[in-house]
Amino acid sequence: MTILIAILVFGLISALFGALLGYASVRFKVDADPIVEQIDAILPQTQCGQCGYPGCKPYAQAVADGEAINKCAPGGEDTIKKIADLMGVEAEPLDESHEQDNRPKVAFIIEEDCIGCTKCIQACPVDAILGAAKQMHTIIADECTGCDLCVAPCPVDCIEMRVVPETTQNWLWDLNSIPVQQID
Amino acid sequence: MTDYLLLLVATVLVNNFVLVQFLGLCPFMGVSSRTETAIGMSFATIFVMTIASLLSYLVTTYLLVPLNIEYLTTMSFILVIAVVVQFTEMVVHKTSASLYRLLGIFLPLITTNCAVLGVALLNLRSHHNFFESIIYGFGASVGFSLVLVMFSAMREKLANADVPTPFKGAAIAMITAGLMSLAFMGFTGLVKL
Amino acid sequence: MESIINRINQQKFWSFHGGVHPPEQKAITNQKPIKTLSLPDQLIIPLQQHIGRQGDLLVKVGDQVLKGQPLTQSTNPMAVPIHAPTSGKVADIKQSVIAHPSGFTELCIFIDVDHQDTWIERTPCNDITRLSNQEIIQKIADAGIAGMGGAGFPTHIKVSTKPDINFLIINAAECEPYITADDLLMCEHSESIVDGIKILDQLLSPAFILIGIEDNKPKAIDALRKATAEIEKIHVCVLPTKYPTGGEKQLIQLLTGKEIKSGSLPIKEGIIMQNVATCFAISEAVIHDTPLLQRVVTVTGQALEKPQNVWALLGTPIHYLLNQCGFDNQGMEKTPVIMGGPMMGFSLPTDTVPVVKTTNCILAPSYKEMPSAFEGNSAEVECIRCGQCADVCPTNLLPQELQWSAKAKDYPQLKKLNLSDCIDCGACAYVCPSHIPLVQYYRVAKAEIRQQQQQEIKAEKAKARFEARKHRLEKEKIARELKHKKAAEARKAAMNKSTPEAAEAKSAVAAALARVKAKKAASQKPAENTASANASEATTNQDNKKAQVAAAIARAKAKKQEKVAPQENNSPVENESAKDDKKAKIAAAVAKAKAKKEQSKTAESEPEQPKAATLADKKANAIAKAKAKALAKKTASNSSDDSSKEQKAPLDKEAKKAAAIAKAKAKALAKKDKASNTETSNNDDSQIKSDTDNQSDSQTETSDKVKDSSDKDAKKAAIIAKAKAKALAKKKLASESASEESQMIEQQKGAK
Repeated sequence: MTILIAILVFGLISALFGALLGYASVRFKVDADPIVEQIDAILPQTQCGQCGYPGCKPYAQAVADGEAINKCAPGGEDTIKKIADLMGVEAEPLDESHEQDNRPKVAFIIEEDCIGCTKCIQACPVDAILGAAKQMHTIIADECTGCDLCVAPCPVDCIEMRVVPETTQNWLWDLNSIPVQQID
Repeated sequence: MTDYLLLLVATVLVNNFVLVQFLGLCPFMGVSSRTETAIGMSFATIFVMTIASLLSYLVTTYLLVPLNIEYLTTMSFILVIAVVVQFTEMVVHKTSASLYRLLGIFLPLITTNCAVLGVALLNLRSHHNFFESIIYGFGASVGFSLVLVMFSAMREKLANADVPTPFKGAAIAMITAGLMSLAFMGFTGLVKL
Repeated sequence: MESIINRINQQKFWSFHGGVHPPEQKAITNQKPIKTLSLPDQLIIPLQQHIGRQGDLLVKVGDQVLKGQPLTQSTNPMAVPIHAPTSGKVADIKQSVIAHPSGFTELCIFIDVDHQDTWIERTPCNDITRLSNQEIIQKIADAGIAGMGGAGFPTHIKVSTKPDINFLIINAAECEPYITADDLLMCEHSESIVDGIKILDQLLSPAFILIGIEDNKPKAIDALRKATAEIEKIHVCVLPTKYPTGGEKQLIQLLTGKEIKSGSLPIKEGIIMQNVATCFAISEAVIHDTPLLQRVVTVTGQALEKPQNVWALLGTPIHYLLNQCGFDNQGMEKTPVIMGGPMMGFSLPTDTVPVVKTTNCILAPSYKEMPSAFEGNSAEVECIRCGQCADVCPTNLLPQELQWSAKAKDYPQLKKLNLSDCIDCGACAYVCPSHIPLVQYYRVAKAEIRQQQQQEIKAEKAKARFEARKHRLEKEKIARELKHKKAAEARKAAMNKSTPEAAEAKSAVAAALARVKAKKAASQKPAENTASANASEATTNQDNKKAQVAAAIARAKAKKQEKVAPQENNSPVENESAKDDKKAKIAAAVAKAKAKKEQSKTAESEPEQPKAATLADKKANAIAKAKAKALAKKTASNSSDDSSKEQKAPLDKEAKKAAAIAKAKAKALAKKDKASNTETSNNDDSQIKSDTDNQSDSQTETSDKVKDSSDKDAKKAAIIAKAKAKALAKKKLASESASEESQMIEQQKGAK
């Protein structure tokens, strides 16, 4: 008899609590979480496609769906660490299939060789190339993200990637790199 | 009145649940790496513990004891705690999505926090009345929060310090917790309950 | 405000937190007057000596310049012109090491001094009250005056403000040890300084003018007091000696008790600060029409025999100053020379660094005086958490916490700790018992934070452009589809009308459809061939057809040109033929590129492919040869219009060369196919390399000749041929990576 009462009481309590929780779940309903936006904010926005996705937003979406976080080459270790913190996963080292030279570069068109075919303009993901059909093409250096998607389409191979030079404006106070001479 | 005050001081400092009674160590270690998560977790725990101890008292006094089914104590307490935690989780998710993501798995794991179940059972054992139960639960959670926030502040500093590699991370944190525990044991004898 | 003035009148000033008292060492140089040196033989003038942008050059190598002649100009308000400090000739304009701790080089003008010291024409102004504010500001800007207290902010921008100025503060503190430049300037030229202050008074109309000066300069204080005796508005405020009293925010707090909030500027509180040397320069510019050409520099330190203050022309190399003051390097191998004072100065990388507008001191210490400057290794040890650094910080920061976070690269924490408020004064590093170079840590962290902020801005812009581009492409796609739909509907409507043309069109369309069906049936029968082979063959056939068509067009046009050639007005014909020529060439180049890509693709697949590829390849090269021949014919026909016959011979040769190149390429490509399947690639590659080397040599010859004869058409051919050869050579040199390249191309194509 007591067992029956026990089961009954327990069932009653559970039903009550269940109802309460059901009501609460409706009352406190939450919309889809914007984690994709947060991941996208961490990525460097070069839109280069080296991760295998056509742009940074698609890769952010993939990472939110479980993709490996170590595919962004321009982002480097910093980005991997930040995404790891955000997603609560382990930070892995950068995928070895990417090259290790991560100095910032911008593209440069050798104007003597340009034939005005507009293939590079179509390739640039941020529209950083100025030009039109049969007109001279040139790279807007301030907008170039260094993704080097324009180098391959050029039929006369006139685009090269140049390292951004270090000036007093972007010097990072590395004292060991100063060339020191003797003063007599 | 002084009884209630003494009870509060006892649970917060003298018989601190984390450092003296060694309950609730999982969230203590898991959430304390950043102060923001620690503060969020402490608010959640205060809410859960207080409500859970209150509800457990009610369930025991008005359901289990009259119907002679005290053997269902553990089960019903767990049920109560699980419901309260689930409710808290929904509220946190709605009000602060970032805190919800930061706490991650530790928010639903408050259900398995032995401190919460411990408070409920210890209330039972000490035959506390209604108000005493509430204060006991509240005091326990305030003690837990105090230690959690202090520990997280220390861990943030430790993260930037020059710790030898074998000790980095959880190891140095455990050692620090042990030292804090020694400090809190100095409160013994402050209040006799 | 009144309370502030009351306190000032009673000389009861406020104080700032912290500060240190390093040994002043001013007696080394403040007993002697400022010396005017003889002219050096060469001056090195950097184009940018201030915060802001550099101007555009007005002179070029070889120009004669007069003293005071402007060498740069700009319409940008953040640019300040530089002037020739003495007469001479511009020997060179090139990169040279500048006065910056990084040791970087920047563009500098080298002037060979002719020792004549001839001035340009100057028009002094006798009565400054006649000048309008705009004219005064223009004179200051044209004189190239930037803040001479160390920061180098363009003065004309600082003094052209609109809001009410409560206080104009003249910074005469000179708190750093060793430096006595401003001290002696005040002793000797106090009237000119006060003239400058009067000009600023006229410009800004401040309520009060305060001169802040430390009490270790008694002679200067007397001179200033005498010079400002009649002017009620100017108060000479004597402050207790402490480093860093001369910091902008510190001096403001001392004199007015106001704290400038973090991230805010003094102008928001109605306060403007100028250095005394800047005031002197302003008076020289406005009254005597003399631009900023020289400044007082303290050359000091126990490694010098004659330490003193000198009037140094801007652009004087440091070695000249050091020699004039008897630099004795005591037989040490590496003698440090510091530009600036001991607290905020930096070591010079070489002694050809020139004096610039912000140089106030050259310090050459002896080993006994400053052993830390000589040691290679730093004596840095762990922080002992003594807290002395926080005691002395004038900005009330926590250097210990800052160093902790800077070492761990914890940038969010550094922002919370207000790292951006650090003025790099060096007081914390001065007192640190562990000899930790705290300021270096902060500078690195500040540079990193700045760079991160710039990256974020860039990333935002890139994202916005990417989204805009996506949007534009989608819009274009939709517009195109709409257009197609409309055209299709129009066509359908036309066809469905019962007219004879419509019936014709219908039957033609039906015939075409039947043909396509028949072809499909025929091509589906041979089931042994792999589908890819069919596809590649089909595409190569298409390409070949296209190229053939293009070649045919070119040939037809060439024939037409020959007929039309003997006419007077040949230029439009030439242009047209040039255009067609270009088209043909481009088509040839594109066809060649396509053929090459096909080969690289098929090089991976089954061995049946190379056969087809070589066929296609041969065809493509044959087409190229045909085109080259067509080009030769055309250029021959064009040159028949030219009067000079000699051009014919080189052009024919060029055409022949082009044909030869095409032939060699065909050979090379065929070899490459074999090579990718066998292991004798190396030999072939080297042979091919030498082949292409020869080709490129011959091509450079051709290109030279082309330049001489100035024939655009042949040039274009050479360019394309050059590009092709380059591309080919690249592929051959990296025989292993050839497959990788094609993989990458495919990957990119897939990603697109």
